[in-house]
Amino acid sequence: MIATKDDTLAIRHSDDVVRVRQAVRVQAVAAGLGLVDQTKLVTAASELARNTLDYGLGGTARIETFSHTPRKGVRLTFTDTGPGIANLELALTDGYTTGGGLGLGLSGARRLCNEFEIESVVGEGTRITVARWK
Amino acid sequence: MDRIPILKLGRALLVSIQVDIHDRLAKALEEDLSERIVSTGARGVMIDISGLEIVDSFMGRMLDNIAAVSRLLDADTVVVGMRPAVAITLVELGLSLTGVKTALNVERGMALIGSGDPDIVDDDVVPEGGDDRDEG
Repeated sequence: MIATKDDTLAIRHSDDVVRVRQAVRVQAVAAGLGLVDQTKLVTAASELARNTLDYGLGGTARIETFSHTPRKGVRLTFTDTGPGIANLELALTDGYTTGGGLGLGLSGARRLCNEFEIESVVGEGTRITVARWK
Repeated sequence: MDRIPILKLGRALLVSIQVDIHDRLAKALEEDLSERIVSTGARGVMIDISGLEIVDSFMGRMLDNIAAVSRLLDADTVVVGMRPAVAITLVELGLSLTGVKTALNVERGMALIGSGDPDIVDDDVVPEGGDDRDEG
């Protein structure tokens, strides 16, 4: 049996960041990820959801469980229609921030996941996809 | 939930964070703690995070801020009860909380706080005939 799940949640308020974390946790458990992997994925989700809110001015989080491939895990896609990121390389540097944060959100989330993709167009928005698998 | 309760335990203040904390709650906790440190003369702040399944950079920054403010107010901050998976994740995230002391549990956290000067303040400092929060 292929048990896949696919949810999309809106990110508009800081409460939504909490909801995204909880939804990611549920799917990470269902995908059979171990506790450390779950914790890494949920932490990455929290960083990216907060970025979507603070820098992307809100957007969505898509949470998919994949188990039909040889790997079992969870893929997350954060999409916003905010101002976009002009310099991706700089944005992925530890400690770089244009806001008041620690500048660890993007670079940290990349380290916490097995897969990390980012696409951004200035004036159109940003889409970040991450995945963590067993 | 509007506020995180702050308990007084000997000369320390104890806060147990059990819920997913959001921005307003974090801000309120920072303010409440700094006021209580001054009004009680507490020498230490212990923050129990055993109930937290994750600590992200937002939460990490909050812990660092609390430690920095407490230090200015003559109190040590000890974070206790961090889960192993949280510690592993924090290091990979790039956040090692260097400004914050940690202890495995509340007992060991109390020992850290208690290793300072002899205790001269056991209870809340209440000016005679007045409320400690109303000194003007």
